[in-house]
Amino acid sequence: MAQVKNRLTPFFENITFDRDDNELILNFGPQHPSAHGQLRLMLHLQQEQIVKAHPDVGYLHRGMEKMAENMIYNEFMPTTDRMDYIASSSNNYGFALAVEKLIGLEVPRRAKVIRMMLLEINRLMSHLFWLATTALDIGAMTVFLFAFREREYLMDIIEGYCGARLTHAAIRIGGVPLDLQDGFIAQLKDFLDKLPQNIKDYEDLLDTNRIWLMRMEEVGTISTEMALSWGCTGPMLRASGVAWDIRKEEPYELYDEVEFEVPFSDKGDNFARYRVYMEEMRQTARILYQTIDMYRETEKNSQTELMAHSPKYISASKMDIMTQNYSLMQHFVLVTQGMRPPVGEVYVATESPKGELGFFINSQGGPYPYRLKLRAPSFWHTGILTDLLPGHYIPDVVSIIGTTNIVFGEVDR
Amino acid sequence: MRAYTPKDNVQAKAYYTDRFYVSPQVPKQKVESDEIFAVDLEAIKAKFEVSDAFIQVGQMVVYIKAEDNYSVLELMRDELEYTQLSEMSAIDWLAKDNTFEVFYQMLSMNKRKRIRIKMVINNGQAVNSVEKLFRCADWSEREMFDMFGIEANNHPFMKRILMPYDWQGHPLLKTYPLEGDEFAAWYEVDKIFGKEARDVIGPELRDTSRVDRYDSTRFGRLGHEVPKGTEITGDEPVTEQNYQEDGGVFLIKKFDKKSSVVIDDPQR
Repeated sequence: MAQVKNRLTPFFENITFDRDDNELILNFGPQHPSAHGQLRLMLHLQQEQIVKAHPDVGYLHRGMEKMAENMIYNEFMPTTDRMDYIASSSNNYGFALAVEKLIGLEVPRRAKVIRMMLLEINRLMSHLFWLATTALDIGAMTVFLFAFREREYLMDIIEGYCGARLTHAAIRIGGVPLDLQDGFIAQLKDFLDKLPQNIKDYEDLLDTNRIWLMRMEEVGTISTEMALSWGCTGPMLRASGVAWDIRKEEPYELYDEVEFEVPFSDKGDNFARYRVYMEEMRQTARILYQTIDMYRETEKNSQTELMAHSPKYISASKMDIMTQNYSLMQHFVLVTQGMRPPVGEVYVATESPKGELGFFINSQGGPYPYRLKLRAPSFWHTGILTDLLPGHYIPDVVSIIGTTNIVFGEVDR
Repeated sequence: MRAYTPKDNVQAKAYYTDRFYVSPQVPKQKVESDEIFAVDLEAIKAKFEVSDAFIQVGQMVVYIKAEDNYSVLELMRDELEYTQLSEMSAIDWLAKDNTFEVFYQMLSMNKRKRIRIKMVINNGQAVNSVEKLFRCADWSEREMFDMFGIEANNHPFMKRILMPYDWQGHPLLKTYPLEGDEFAAWYEVDKIFGKEARDVIGPELRDTSRVDRYDSTRFGRLGHEVPKGTEITGDEPVTEQNYQEDGGVFLIKKFDKKSSVVIDDPQR
């Protein structure tokens, strides 16, 4: 279409354009506050409508897979914190479980219960953070403040356990380093008792909110085929009609002993994802109540072991290291040289708050993994924007990025 | 003469391995031990050449020929219900036999099973893109190209994804240096000041974990503290370190350095 001089489109008499159309290329990010990190989106716009989207990632690339190949297994644990830093214990856990599967280790029951508690607290933290930031992007400042307040209580509990608020490193290969601190259960129970009312507060503010519904309903619809094809997992997949939760289908730890439901929706739009997140918070609270009982049971049965007993791979307890000569020697070798898992390969998937978090480890019997591949769910949840955004309008970009719940520590690794 | 270091694998290596150490193996099971996997393997074997197949840690591993990857994945998606490609990437075996191993991690939600399809390709050989079957391979194959330099044929946009477009080299190769090569320490000095300035400025510090105990600007010089920026002569007074945990630690009530004795003679 040749340029026609009129009042609406500017006419440049001395300039010729490469392209003779109205397409505008807009760079969204990499420093955009609602991109939730370093996401650069190149949007081809036809007026306000997106015709082509090209997400560009890699701004937070630290080469974690490379780092892993040059670190002993225990050394890599704190690095996994920096993947999904909103729920870092779930990364620690995924890695620990993969190595345990590789060396064939059984973790003591009490450690399993504590791990489940940490994982579910992390899930709650992550979902609350998701709700807060997404609501803020859409303009619901109140929800942001409410959800951050609740998240703060959880971070205090976690801080009491491991000393860190974000980068927990709270799980070790073979168990957990510490027992729950005094008051952990009481604090958690306090929080859980208030949570239903809190969730109701958020829902009262959002569920029938006209602006929220306009931004959420029928926006960013992902069909089941598209979700499967793009490797979507977690709430993204469940909101698109597939009730697949690894905790339920391939249970790890003690998830086969607790009762919970897997919320899902077949709508596939932003609102469906929002509902799935809200329901998951309720289910998580339900699991947490049950883990408290399980913890009490281990106390009653005096199952106090926190780390697996396996002198070849796992250091002995502090008491043994300080008193037994052989334990001290083992500990010294495991710290300086590192454990040497058997030759073999393992791929272990866990249900992190964002989706399927997988660790692929190829071990050649050395103290360093020969190849470690991190399967982070957010990577493909960012990739899907390529196919999801075209057809939508600029304001929808913000709400769609919000509900995909991507974290760039995990996308770029 | 400099000590020879092998250039085909410059990654960290164990500094000591016992002469008689034999690494154990993660046990492998026969495919026939699992009914569902056995059926799946039969279906693949009926149409394609399978060089090896076994079950390891609950997942089946199948080795196929590199040319067949698209058709095998198509068969798995359409007939065997493996509807999701969870992950794909490569393993660098260049130092061993100049090959890469490419793996596709598949998931069947109906069967609750995971299969890893593996294939071996030569250095420089391209793979067939499976992006038409699984859209997620669009990004995975770009990542594989970025990290290993393995190209995918028929890929819509075969560009780097994580590293900058103008980056040289592929970071996950075992030949990729960890701290730059021997010239890297001079890159910036040469570029900014010229080669004449090498003696004045010195090589760039590229080992990020290096701690220079005499560096008073960046490190604390534990036990030999001086004010920041002080010229270090080497005869700074030793600062006493007397830290004691509240109530003592296990076995020790109170630790006093002055009243304790260091036994020099191991035989006593």
